[in-house]
Amino acid sequence: MNKELPILIIVVPLLAAVLTPLLGKLRRELSWWAALLTTSACFVFSVLILQDVLREGKITYWLGGWRPPLGIEYVIDYLNAFVLVIVAFMAFIGAVYARSSVEQEIDGHRTPFFYAVYLLFITGLMGIVVTGDIFNIYVFLEITSIAGYALIAMGRRREALVASFNYLIVGTIGATLFLLGIGYLYLVTGTLNIADLALRLEGIYHTRAVATAFVLITVGLGIKIALFPMHAWLPNSYAFAPSVISAVMAATATKVGAYALIRIMFSVYNPEFLTAGAYNINYILLAFSGVAILAGSILAIAQKDIKKMLAYSSVGQVGYIVLGVSLMSLTGIVGSLMHILNHALMKGSLFLVVGAVVYRTGITSIEGFKGMGKKMPVSMAAFTIGALSMIGVPLTVGFVSKWYLAVASIETGMWFFVPVILVSSLLTAVYFWRVIDNIYFKPAEGDEAGRGRGHGVYGDAPGAPGVKAADAPPWMLAPTVAVALLCLVFGVYASFPVDVAEKAAGILLGEWGGLHVNN
Amino acid sequence: MMIELLLTKYNYWVCIVLMMIGLYAMMAKDNLIKKVIGLNIFQSAVLLFFISMSKIEGGTAPILMLNQQALYDNPLPQVLMLTAIVVGVSVTAVALAIIMLIYKAYGTVEENLILEMNKRNE
Repeated sequence: MNKELPILIIVVPLLAAVLTPLLGKLRRELSWWAALLTTSACFVFSVLILQDVLREGKITYWLGGWRPPLGIEYVIDYLNAFVLVIVAFMAFIGAVYARSSVEQEIDGHRTPFFYAVYLLFITGLMGIVVTGDIFNIYVFLEITSIAGYALIAMGRRREALVASFNYLIVGTIGATLFLLGIGYLYLVTGTLNIADLALRLEGIYHTRAVATAFVLITVGLGIKIALFPMHAWLPNSYAFAPSVISAVMAATATKVGAYALIRIMFSVYNPEFLTAGAYNINYILLAFSGVAILAGSILAIAQKDIKKMLAYSSVGQVGYIVLGVSLMSLTGIVGSLMHILNHALMKGSLFLVVGAVVYRTGITSIEGFKGMGKKMPVSMAAFTIGALSMIGVPLTVGFVSKWYLAVASIETGMWFFVPVILVSSLLTAVYFWRVIDNIYFKPAEGDEAGRGRGHGVYGDAPGAPGVKAADAPPWMLAPTVAVALLCLVFGVYASFPVDVAEKAAGILLGEWGGLHVNN
Repeated sequence: MMIELLLTKYNYWVCIVLMMIGLYAMMAKDNLIKKVIGLNIFQSAVLLFFISMSKIEGGTAPILMLNQQALYDNPLPQVLMLTAIVVGVSVTAVALAIIMLIYKAYGTVEENLILEMNKRNE
C-alpha cells in the first residue's frame, strides 16, 4: 500500500473526476461529497508520503514497472513532499469551502461539472509535483491549465470569460515554449528523465542549445507563475473567477509553477551553470524578481477592487519566491520554500475571506468593506491575520520567510535586496491598511442612515439586501479560520517546515553548497 | 555558410516561420477565433519541430521487421507529439467553448469591441 502512494495521489482524483458528474446525475449534493472525500484522501496520502520521505529520504515509483530512464518514474524527496502537502491541504480546504460558495455562485446543473473540473485541476497540480519526468511535467501542466481556464470561465460576470480566454492564449504560449525547451533538451541528451538529464547535461553546459532550452523553459514557466513582466493574465483571472477558485489558484497554481522552476534550475540544470556560466542567469532572475516585488506592491496600491489588489500582491509575492531561489544559497532557498508555504496560507485565507464577503454582500470593492468588522467579525479577524502576515509582522508566517530572504541577501552579498524587501513590506502595509481601516474604523454606509448601531444588525434576515448581519456560513468560516490560524501556528512553531525546507534545499544544492561558500 | 544553413536545416526554419506566424496572429488579430487559429499554428510549429528531429535519413517507420535489418526513425518524439496533439485539441476545444459563451454574453467575438464594453461597464 505504502509503495503505491505516489501513483494513488494521481489516480484517485483522476478517477473521481470522471465519477463526480455521474454521481451528480443521481443527486447533486453527491458530487460535493465526492470532491470532499477525494481531496481529503489526497491530503491523507500526501501526509503519508511526507512521513515516508522523512523516514526514507526519497521514494520512487516506476509506472508499469518500467525501469527509468526508459519508463516514467515518480520521484518524491523533501521538496516534492513539502509542496505536495501544501497543495493537497489547500485543495481540501477549497473543497470544504466550496459547498456554500459554489452553491451560490454557480448554476445548480453545472455544479457536478465544476467539481469534476476542480478535481482535474488538483490532479494536474499533484502530477507536476510527484513526477520525475520532464515531459510528464508538461502534460500535467496543461491538465491543470486547461482545467483552470474552465474554472475561471465559470465566474459569474461575463468579464470572467474574457479573462479566461486571455489566460488561455498566454498560458498556452507559455506551455508551448516549455515544450519547445524540452525538445531542445531531448535533442541534445536523448532522455526525458530528470535525474538522467542532469547526468547527461554535465559535459555540455557550454553548448548554445542547452542554454536556449533553459531560456525557453524559464520563460514558459515564468508565464505560468506570473513573474512580473509576464503577469498580465493573472489579475483579471483571479478577480473574476469564482471565489473558491481565486483562493485555491492563488494558493496552489503559482506555487506549483515555482516548484517546477526550482526543479528545472537545480535538479535538471546545476547551480554552477546558473552562476558560473557565460550568461549569469542568476543575476537576470534576481533583477526580474526585484522588479516583480516592487511592481506587484505598487500596482496593488492602485487597485479599487479587493480581488484585483490581492492578485497584484500575488505578483509581488512570486517575486519573493524567485528572489530566494536565484540567490543561490541554502538560506535563500529555505526562504523561498517557506514563502511557498506561507503565501499559500496567507493568500488562501485572504481570498477565502473575500469569498465570504462576496457570499454575504456581493461586494468586491475596497470601499464596500466599510463596517465589515461589526458585520462579519470572525472573517475579518482572519483577514487581519492574513494581512499582518503579508506585511511580515513577527509571530506570523510572513515574517519567517522574509527574515530568511533578508538574511540570504546579506549572506550572498546582495544586501541591496534588503531595502527592496523592506520597501515592499511597507507598500504592503499601505495597501492592506486601506482595507483594515475600512473594516474596523469606518462605519458601514447603512449605519449613518438611521440604522441603530447597537441592535438589530445581527438580527437581519439573511437574504435581505443592503446590510447583512451574519458572518459567513460555517462551511466557509471553518476552513477560513483554520488557514488563518495556521498562519499564526507556523509563525510561532516554524521549526518543522523550516527543517523540511532546509533538507530540501540541501539536496537541491548538493555538493555545490551555495553561493556564500564560494565568496 | 548562411545558404548552407538555410538549405540543410530548412526544417527548423519552417518551424520558426510557422511559430512567428502563429504568434503574430495571436497578438495582432482582434477576432478571437483567428487568435485560436494562430494558437494552433504556434503549437503545430513545435509539433513539427519534434517530428522532424526524430527523422533519420533513410529511416523507416518504427515497426519491428523480423527478417531484415532496418534503420528506424526515433519513435519517441512521435509518441510525445501524439500527447501534445491531444493537449492542443483540448485547448482548442476549451477556447472555442469560451468563445461561444463570449459571443452569447457580448454579441461579438472582436476583442476591441469586447474590451470597450468592459471599460464602459467599469
